Amino acid sequence: MTALDTRAAVTIGDTTGSRRAKRNFDPKKRRSVLLTVLLWLCVLYFVLPLWWLLVSATKDNSGLFSTFGLWFGGGFSFFENLQTLFTVRDGIFARWLVNTLVYSLASAVGATLLATMAGYAFAKYEFPGKKALFSATLGAIMIPLTALALPTYLLFSEAGLTDTPWAVIVPSLVTPFGVYLMRVYAADAVDDSLIEAARVDGAGEFRIFWQVGLRLLGPGLVTVFLFSLVATWNNYFLPLIMLNTSDLYPITVGLAQLQAAASAGGGSQALFSTVITGSFVSILPLIIAFLFLQRYWQSGLSTGSVKG
Amino acid sequence: MSHSPALTVERPSAAPPPMRHGSSTKRKQNIAAYLFVLPFFVVFVAMLVVPLVYSGYLSLFESKLIGGDAFAGLANYVRALQDSAFLASIGRMGLFFVIQVPIMLGLALFLALALDTGRARGSKGVRLLVFMPYAVPAVVATLMWGYLYGPDFGPIAQVARAVGFGTPDFLSPVNILGSMMNIVTWEFVGYNMIIMYAALRSIPGELYEAAEIDGAGQFRIAWSVKIPAIRPAILLTVIFSIIGTFQLFAEPSLLNAIAPDAITNSFTPNYYAYNLAFINQELNYAAAIAFLLGLFIAIVSYIVQLSSQRRERRERSAS
Repeated sequence: MTALDTRAAVTIGDTTGSRRAKRNFDPKKRRSVLLTVLLWLCVLYFVLPLWWLLVSATKDNSGLFSTFGLWFGGGFSFFENLQTLFTVRDGIFARWLVNTLVYSLASAVGATLLATMAGYAFAKYEFPGKKALFSATLGAIMIPLTALALPTYLLFSEAGLTDTPWAVIVPSLVTPFGVYLMRVYAADAVDDSLIEAARVDGAGEFRIFWQVGLRLLGPGLVTVFLFSLVATWNNYFLPLIMLNTSDLYPITVGLAQLQAAASAGGGSQALFSTVITGSFVSILPLIIAFLFLQRYWQSGLSTGSVKG
Repeated sequence: MSHSPALTVERPSAAPPPMRHGSSTKRKQNIAAYLFVLPFFVVFVAMLVVPLVYSGYLSLFESKLIGGDAFAGLANYVRALQDSAFLASIGRMGLFFVIQVPIMLGLALFLALALDTGRARGSKGVRLLVFMPYAVPAVVATLMWGYLYGPDFGPIAQVARAVGFGTPDFLSPVNILGSMMNIVTWEFVGYNMIIMYAALRSIPGELYEAAEIDGAGQFRIAWSVKIPAIRPAILLTVIFSIIGTFQLFAEPSLLNAIAPDAITNSFTPNYYAYNLAFINQELNYAAAIAFLLGLFIAIVSYIVQLSSQRRERRERSAS
């Protein structure tokens, strides 16, 4: 009765894979048609809206109103839509895309680095105050970050830093959950004897971290990186209050503004199809990143949730 | 040599013992550890602790038309606790939490358990496709569902009209909360499923091998072995859902553009705080609302955690 999909187990980290490998063969194992049908029905719910988005991005404004939403029709205007999207308001959409890329990459790299160093230290060192600092980090997971956005805005405004990229990047550098995840991950992934051996060889603590630690923390790094990337990429509240200049907007704030203009009916006719095409273009990079890096983030998460 | 125990405890016997366990080595390691955690805690203090304290400080003041800010003690909090708009928004999110979160987490748990049995074809595809909405920003998800709900070219309305049901109004004041629950469910089932699935994959097989040999069915195993084993992961998803629910912002703020009658400026507590601060310019009162909201979320999360621990302890002593 071993109910295991070996192919699924392979994509997960080696630790779980080997633990289960010995139970792979089982003559009584069978597929369930009912379960397959049920699962794929669920998948429809998650995929159909995205399918609609894809289909609608190929229609012009009149096609949107006159044809059935879930199938192509009324001509193929995807490239016209793209052209409109990237030329509307002097090509500001490309600017938003670049802003989002810069903000989220900078935040994700910074947040991952900070979380990795802290998590590694929590996992591999004993130092006075460790317990208190880690408890503070854990407690901070429960602080709703958007409740902090307002006072953060006021502090930035007093420092004259609102309406700059820093106002979006710096607050996104704190990921208490990332520190927690890296601690759990580093505790297993970095062997103490390796650190000890490097010390005997005379390596300094920082060299050990860069050359031994980081190399072993790969999947954990990718996990924290991807999740902080998504957090900044998808953030709407923080840039909305921090930024005033359209040129500095990330794509979320920009799209919301385009949408407001479209539903107010002002300006050009083509706005609905522009908003839809813009939405479609804006989700492609993240979906591609998740698909390509799935091997890493799935195994990284599995470690984090064991002791969650 | 008084500091050596910590070091020797950490180190398995495989490595040769270092030449010296002197306190200078220990001190060097302590310094390294502090330097490792320092950058994180600098940003932590600046971006989390200081704003929190500042928010608490601001909430104790009142801006007067004449004479600027004046100390007001707890007046803002008294006002908030009597503010029917604020209390209604908390209540609305309470309702949201009680209905939407069990549906979302139930669906996520079902999917995770189903994938874990490995009895469905194309499990890997299911896993990825269900997770995909997580990569969609809340703004885009809300825009998209706004169109899907729409009476003009929304496919749901198109189908309903074709079948003869008339045009359903998802954006009416009565239906909007349900429509929003659907958006949030769509966004986050996959994320929660992945957390639960990852936990399921790391249960040692020995835990339920015995049950399988005894002939227990998959439902039995899921209920009495697998779910208890991943309880910490489930608790994590519950806590994240509490935090997420009470600070909903993008969804109401974007739905407001297409359904201004249904979404009031205090539809969710966070949206209310935003409107108070940036539309009404009542910064001090908004700070009090944000502070209360944070406190409320922390207390609810704490209670959930505590009751889960108590339940676990009770079950352990019963068995």
